Amino acid sequence: MNILELKNISMIYGSVRALDDVSLSVGQGEWLAIMGPSGSGKTTMMNIIGCMDRPTAGSVLLEGEELSGLSPSSLTAIRREKVGLIFQQFHLISYLTALENVMVAQYYHSMIDEREALGALERVGLKERAKHLPRQLSGGEQQRVCIARALINYPRLILADEPTGNLDEANEGIVMEIFRRLHGEGSTIIVVTHDPEVAEEAQRIVFLEHGRIANVVRRDA
Amino acid sequence: MTRRRMFFKMLTYSLLRRRSRMTVALLSVAIGATVLLGMAAVSYDIPRQMGREFRSYGANMIFVASGEEALLRVDAAQRAAALIPPDELIGLTPYRYGIVRVNMQGYTAVGTDFDQAAKTSPYWSIAGEYPKAGGEILIGADVAEFTKLAPGSSMTVTGRAEDGTRFRLDAKISGTVRTGSVEDGFIFMPMPTLESLMGSSGVAEVVEVSIAADETELKRIVSEISREVPEISPRLVKRVTQSETTVLSKLQALVFLVSLVVLVLTMICVATTMMTVVLERRKEIGLKKALGADNRRIAAEFLGEGLFLGSAGGALGAVFGYMFAQAISMNVFGRAVTIDWRLPLLAVLISIAVTIAACLLPVRRAMDVEPALVLRGE
Repeated sequence: MNILELKNISMIYGSVRALDDVSLSVGQGEWLAIMGPSGSGKTTMMNIIGCMDRPTAGSVLLEGEELSGLSPSSLTAIRREKVGLIFQQFHLISYLTALENVMVAQYYHSMIDEREALGALERVGLKERAKHLPRQLSGGEQQRVCIARALINYPRLILADEPTGNLDEANEGIVMEIFRRLHGEGSTIIVVTHDPEVAEEAQRIVFLEHGRIANVVRRDA
Repeated sequence: MTRRRMFFKMLTYSLLRRRSRMTVALLSVAIGATVLLGMAAVSYDIPRQMGREFRSYGANMIFVASGEEALLRVDAAQRAAALIPPDELIGLTPYRYGIVRVNMQGYTAVGTDFDQAAKTSPYWSIAGEYPKAGGEILIGADVAEFTKLAPGSSMTVTGRAEDGTRFRLDAKISGTVRTGSVEDGFIFMPMPTLESLMGSSGVAEVVEVSIAADETELKRIVSEISREVPEISPRLVKRVTQSETTVLSKLQALVFLVSLVVLVLTMICVATTMMTVVLERRKEIGLKKALGADNRRIAAEFLGEGLFLGSAGGALGAVFGYMFAQAISMNVFGRAVTIDWRLPLLAVLISIAVTIAACLLPVRRAMDVEPALVLRGE
């Protein structure tokens, strides 16, 4: 069963076709990597999958629900309910502790549950660092807080943008181990990356070029 | 931690992290509220303050007998005066006129109460002093010039009483009066003196009344006296009341204009500060939207900051505004201003309204921030 379906989507900015008639399906529990050079349309595709933008043409179905005709506020609601976002630059709120940064996602979602937020930090091995501010955490730890924040509302889809782009090798290993565990638990993960080693962890790698799918590699086949 | 606590924590940190900007915005709101309250308090109190100042220009109401009667009874005037709020009544002076002769020259003799005349006509320029005893008189400047008499001299006044009998009064001139008007040709004497010469008492041609009130209140008093004391016809001295009204309305318009300009400047300062804050926090706003914050939540966070600035600045302004109003009143009018308790509350509410209004455009900008910018690494 597919959790996400992109059907003939195009995104046109003036005379630029950022995405050109792209179709893609992502199965429930699948780990997909999207690769491509700068300007290939990766970010545009991330925005559309993450409910942050609507395609100029084509349709997007997330768990069978058509997204392309929805208003920005409806897209926000779906993003809040179904998508967990992980960023290359972590984007933690500097004046909140690790625990509070996780709780911010709860705050915008529904109710704040400190025990549950602490549990999410425990899953990424940061329970002991819960009361630390972002500046007191290493890059790897900040990325793990970002992952805990993405997981706290039980998203149907985890969308990661260069999740190891700002990490050293050791921290990259820790983060990828968390991804492997999440995948093992049945989470659907889409990772946008430049790093072939990160992409190779996925079951399927989609290569974008000039807004089109240039190649698809299945690693579990 | 509850959602409310999280909201206040984010609000507090947002204010504290930009404390210099927020201090400027807070002071701007406080200054706006200070000027607003100061001006409003003075404007509110101007009729009372200026009303007393205007009383130096003379009576603003006269009582005459109603109907065809030439004389009104002084006790009726006293009953009418009882209808005027005591704190508004400055003075009430009866005037009775008679024809007298001095060295065969005819003059108008005026009997009055000099203590009250000093209150209703404080602009009279007196050389010497007001009559104190029955045998003393006050003569107009023109009379003094014509008769070549000065204070301390004696004057013989003759005439006919109401019953036709002749009278003669040898009086001492206690002083002269100069007003630049008809009074300069009159001979003033205490009311009992004139009454004894004329052979009747308890009546007057006219009673001048000085009341510290605006035109609306004066009209109310006129209406009440006409209704309650029908034998008296109260009339406003329009040249005085309308001058007062014109000056007061111009002063209040000026105060309103100054307050409006200050409020607009406050709004511009707060809007500029909040716009800068929105620009500085674009990434944070984008992140919150990416995490699922809807526009209502984003707006609530900025309006919460606006509410804090408005209420804290307004409260500060209410304190300083009170001091400002007192300083103006003491320096300009020489007496303390009375501030209605509703004015500080109104100043705070207007400060909040102005600050919230100033936040609307920045909030619009915040709501327009795209969540996608966090993915672009901007």
